[in-house]
Amino acid sequence: MKLDAKIPGGPVQQKWDTRKFELKLVNPANKRKYKVLVVGSGLAGASAAASLAELGYQVECFCFQDSPRRAHSIAAQGGINAAKNYRNDGDSVWRLFYDTVKGGDFRAREANVYRLAQLSVNIIDQAVAQGVPFAREYGGLLDNRSFGGAQVSRTFYARGQTGQQLLLGAYAALSRQIGLGTVKMFPRTEMLDVVLVDGHAKGIVVRDLVTGEIRSHAADAVVLATGGYGNVFYLSTNAKGCNVTATWRAYKRGAGFANPCYTQIHPTCIPVSGEHQSKLTLMSESLRNDGRVWVPKAKGDKRAPGEIPDAERDYYLERKYPSFGNLAPRDIASRAAMQVCDEGRGIGDTGLGVYLDFRDSIARLGRDAIAARYGNLFHMYAKITAEDPYSRPMRIFPAVHYTMGGLWVDYDLQSTIPGLFVLGEANFSDHGANRLGASALMQGLADGYFVIPYTIGGYLAGQKAGAVKVDHPQFQVVAGEVAAMTKRLLQVQGKRTVDDFHKALGKIMWSKCGMARNERGLQQALREIPALREEFWRDVRVLGSERNLNQSLEKAGRVADFLEFGELMCRDALERRESCGGHFREEWQDDGEAKRDDENFCHAAVWEYTGPDQKPVRNAESLEFDNVHLAVRSYK
Amino acid sequence: MKVVLHIWRQTKRSTEQDHKQDGRMVRYELADVSPDMSFLEMLDVLNEHLIGRGEEPVAFDHDCREGICGSCGVVIDGVPHGPERGTTTCQLHMRSFQDGAEIWIEPWRAAAFPVVRDLVVDRSAFDRIVQAGAYISVNTGAPQDANAIPVPKADADRAFDAATCIGCGACVAACKNASAMLFVGAKVSHFAHLPQGRVERERRARNLVAAMDAEGFGNCTNQYECEAVCPKEIPVRVIAEMNREYLRAKVIEQPAGGKQIGGHG
Repeated sequence: MKLDAKIPGGPVQQKWDTRKFELKLVNPANKRKYKVLVVGSGLAGASAAASLAELGYQVECFCFQDSPRRAHSIAAQGGINAAKNYRNDGDSVWRLFYDTVKGGDFRAREANVYRLAQLSVNIIDQAVAQGVPFAREYGGLLDNRSFGGAQVSRTFYARGQTGQQLLLGAYAALSRQIGLGTVKMFPRTEMLDVVLVDGHAKGIVVRDLVTGEIRSHAADAVVLATGGYGNVFYLSTNAKGCNVTATWRAYKRGAGFANPCYTQIHPTCIPVSGEHQSKLTLMSESLRNDGRVWVPKAKGDKRAPGEIPDAERDYYLERKYPSFGNLAPRDIASRAAMQVCDEGRGIGDTGLGVYLDFRDSIARLGRDAIAARYGNLFHMYAKITAEDPYSRPMRIFPAVHYTMGGLWVDYDLQSTIPGLFVLGEANFSDHGANRLGASALMQGLADGYFVIPYTIGGYLAGQKAGAVKVDHPQFQVVAGEVAAMTKRLLQVQGKRTVDDFHKALGKIMWSKCGMARNERGLQQALREIPALREEFWRDVRVLGSERNLNQSLEKAGRVADFLEFGELMCRDALERRESCGGHFREEWQDDGEAKRDDENFCHAAVWEYTGPDQKPVRNAESLEFDNVHLAVRSYK
Repeated sequence: MKVVLHIWRQTKRSTEQDHKQDGRMVRYELADVSPDMSFLEMLDVLNEHLIGRGEEPVAFDHDCREGICGSCGVVIDGVPHGPERGTTTCQLHMRSFQDGAEIWIEPWRAAAFPVVRDLVVDRSAFDRIVQAGAYISVNTGAPQDANAIPVPKADADRAFDAATCIGCGACVAACKNASAMLFVGAKVSHFAHLPQGRVERERRARNLVAAMDAEGFGNCTNQYECEAVCPKEIPVRVIAEMNREYLRAKVIEQPAGGKQIGGHG
């Protein structure tokens, strides 16, 4: 597998300008001859589809939800970073770049991160022009707050619903183009494969989730913006429908999959309440602006939180990381929570929880100020737990939230398959081994609004428009394979439900490839997952038909892919014999802090598919740090 | 706890001629319910049992399960999203029901929302309304600096209160006229409170109202059921604001004489 990152030359500040000038342009009159398929309608997909249509390309956009507005970006709570320096507190593009490279534990590509920091400021301007109602101060200007891993206030927000408001902005832009007839939207449609002609991505095969029809769409390029794979753990903060299918099937057609083991465990989620639990709910990182994290100093202290005096509380983040305190980055805060629970100081019935306490800020700022900042989050917490977070500290615990790994892309966001571009959480490029809070929205929108509109032109300019049509025999071949897999799922007629298999996989992943990983556990998982997969294909029960709305069948296809993907994830975790960011190998640590091995692992691991049940090949893209020098990451 | 469920089961899509198709209420008993379960988790448990005994599971829309995507929504004992105020179906928990409760579960009922299957309805009418003009016509590019347009905090907050709509459709399901005015009003209100939105205000008001009518939604007769069930508690003042914007647009369109100027709703 050839990995050419195509990073432009020159100083990091000028690379994006250089690349924009190098890229060939498609004449405005010719743009309408090219068709682009955009899969996914979250921040990256919707912004890409709208922006490409505005430029004049013919666009078709696909989502599995009943409306593009429901993509899971909608659930992002806290905010979006931008290096506007509106607060006069020392922020700059360079500082956002530096924080993001350091936050990613030196496992991201510098050039991409710098571009992301540069574009962050344009995103805020664009969103405001669209009418996104960000929080404002009394003077009418935009308000900011702080997020983890940063010592400046650069996070723009719309109460606790920033993702919703930004997605509705992108959805409005997309809807405008649909209304104008420049984008054709296909909701309740799931991409099940990508079609390659002469090695280039020239279309996709989809299933209409209402009629069951398997259909082909041909185009000049394909853009995947299909999100992350956190649901491989079954329990995560992802929406129920989030899945790895689009990226996994692209991998099986030849796209390299980078760093699948990098998963983000978010420190502040509502703890699991029982076996029936179907998903986990995040409590935004923004809460750590005003909430203080603690556990009792004594093991097994079962007193109510209000009865534990300050002297007997351990505000462990403030103690261990005095300069960042409660705003330590996510990977570090999660591991610290796990440690205190392992010491027997966890709270709640299960002992798997820590407190996030607003007592002091309510006393300092008043209940109304706290309600104005976090009202919807407090409301959500009260709904789920039946406890009042204004009078009793929240109980929180880490949960799977985001996946930094994804399809490998070059600087142009093109995968190893020419013509297949990958945006947002679905790619691997910007967050290294740990993503900082409020950076996912930034990346999704930067990719969709401001990167792909330039880079896709560079590819299309070298392609003959409309060269491949759906009557190309390759579409029939792929559609046949997709239909066969669908039929096969229905024909097993075994005893166990799809959810049952998914939960079993989730347990393996969480216990052996979750917060902490070790050689023995990973080796075990690599035996257990293939066995579970084999059982799935022997004993899964999917009822009904493939010719109508069949939610079990949809889930079955996704879980079948997770059962293959989980194995790759464990393999990647096993081969990365170091700790970095969210990837914590117990064998490599300094007293609980991740210990990197830059000599051997300062690279992105890019996996290459070699065939069913064959061992994939591990390739590497070496990472160079010319601007932010490799150093031990410290938040003390 | 135990519950008895009566659930609408329908395999064929509703049509204009035949809304009901093969639909009917089916009774199920469920014994292993925990009060900490969400309502949808309770349905998950039911579905696992159904698959176990070889019956097709109940289809229902859901995704984020944290009250923000707007996918879920069923009528529970006659009330969209069930008994708790300001709560989506996915955030409703079984502790809101008594042990032994009998619960009736139906899809949204409105001609403009045909049933696709069981509890799943087609809400694409909402998307088409948005496509008719619920946006600001600005291309991706290099607009002015975000802080070049100061917006009074009160206006920004009011715009937000409307923009918080999740497009679930409960307002339509609750209305005896199946009116979409709370949804459309929220769109109009969001942009009407922002300076960026004022440029296209007349066009927007006219086009959204026309699209709403074309989809077959009814008119408002001031019952305020929509506000009562809205999981995001969007106030009915947005309907008044929409009517005001619409009337204003009509006046500007026909400054003097001309045809009769009608208010809407």
